[in-house]
Amino acid sequence: MPGASSWSFKEEDFRIISEHMNALLRETNVKSLLLVDRTGQVVANVGEKPTFDPQAFASLTAADFSANDQLAKMIGEHEFSSLFHQGEKESMYLADVAHRVILVALFDNRTTLGMVRLKVKTTVEELTKVFEEMFSRGETSAPKLEGFASAEVEDEIDKLFG
Amino acid sequence: MSMINYASREINCKLVYYGPGLGGKTTNLEHVFGKVNPNARGKLISLATETERTLFFDFLPVDLGTVRGFKTRFHLYTVPGQVYYNASRKLILKGVDGVVFVADSQLERMEANIESMQNLYDNMAEYGYDLTRIPFVVQYNKRDLPNASPVKDLQAQLNPGWPVTDPALQKAVPDPNFPGEFLTWQLPTGEWIQRAPAHEAVAVTGDGVFETLKTVSKLVLKSLG
Repeated sequence: MPGASSWSFKEEDFRIISEHMNALLRETNVKSLLLVDRTGQVVANVGEKPTFDPQAFASLTAADFSANDQLAKMIGEHEFSSLFHQGEKESMYLADVAHRVILVALFDNRTTLGMVRLKVKTTVEELTKVFEEMFSRGETSAPKLEGFASAEVEDEIDKLFG
Repeated sequence: MSMINYASREINCKLVYYGPGLGGKTTNLEHVFGKVNPNARGKLISLATETERTLFFDFLPVDLGTVRGFKTRFHLYTVPGQVYYNASRKLILKGVDGVVFVADSQLERMEANIESMQNLYDNMAEYGYDLTRIPFVVQYNKRDLPNASPVKDLQAQLNPGWPVTDPALQKAVPDPNFPGEFLTWQLPTGEWIQRAPAHEAVAVTGDGVFETLKTVSKLVLKSLG
């Protein structure tokens, strides 16, 4: 798509990302970790399976971060690289990774904000390296999906709409 | 920016419903939410004011079904229509795969439509997106109202078309929604013009809502090929 910043990652990238996230999970005792891209899509998820709709969560996370970015600019900051939302029992900590994705840690009283903040910082640095390496391979346009430009696709969609 | 998972054969695309305030963007999503099988859709999330005006966005994920062996899911978003909320409106366009412009057909809303369309072009341009090159559909809503402008006038004001420079696309394409009209045509001067597909709708009753979604879905999925 012209103008859109598309990126893709390979199975090996995904394995490395998951390893970093699993390590963070073990070290901090957070409930779960989500990696969400800035357009609101879930990229990865480790730990306890969320009881909520991850897609809705991702769309709100991206919006939350984008809104806060604008607020940061208004007060003369370049960005807020991390956000913390505190609840009575459940809390969440969000951190920017390479300006493209957001790492979200969901945690309760089995760990502390200090621990989460400290360990997330290291993981963000590691993930940033992984993503920057991925992006440095070049903004190759996403591979075309075979057969999607054909007339049969229209027929299939017509059938789905009934 | 669509998200394609080749391993699990899933496609996720982002569609944004844009347009002036009180034009029917949220009503489009509410109709889809009400009609789609609950197993094939998520919750409708609305970030709205107490008076049900969209403050930030509405969000509805919908499973379209399987296309060419890929499980296809569309994430439908609306933006706040009121001029005041431009900062948040622009954020929602990030990574968009297809745009539906919901115009309010009422005569007295023509100015608001034009202003919103201009705002859409401006906000897209700021992200480096070219509205003439991405899937884009116009919906003329509220066709049931007595003060609705003729479609011809709405098309002339909001969807006059853009020049086609690619010789491969310079061929007449009839408009399936408006008999006798064309989506791509040649002017007497020799210049070729293309316009976005358009639908008439009455979102409160659901007329034209799924037709619009179908048209933009086709354009988005074909753009992946």
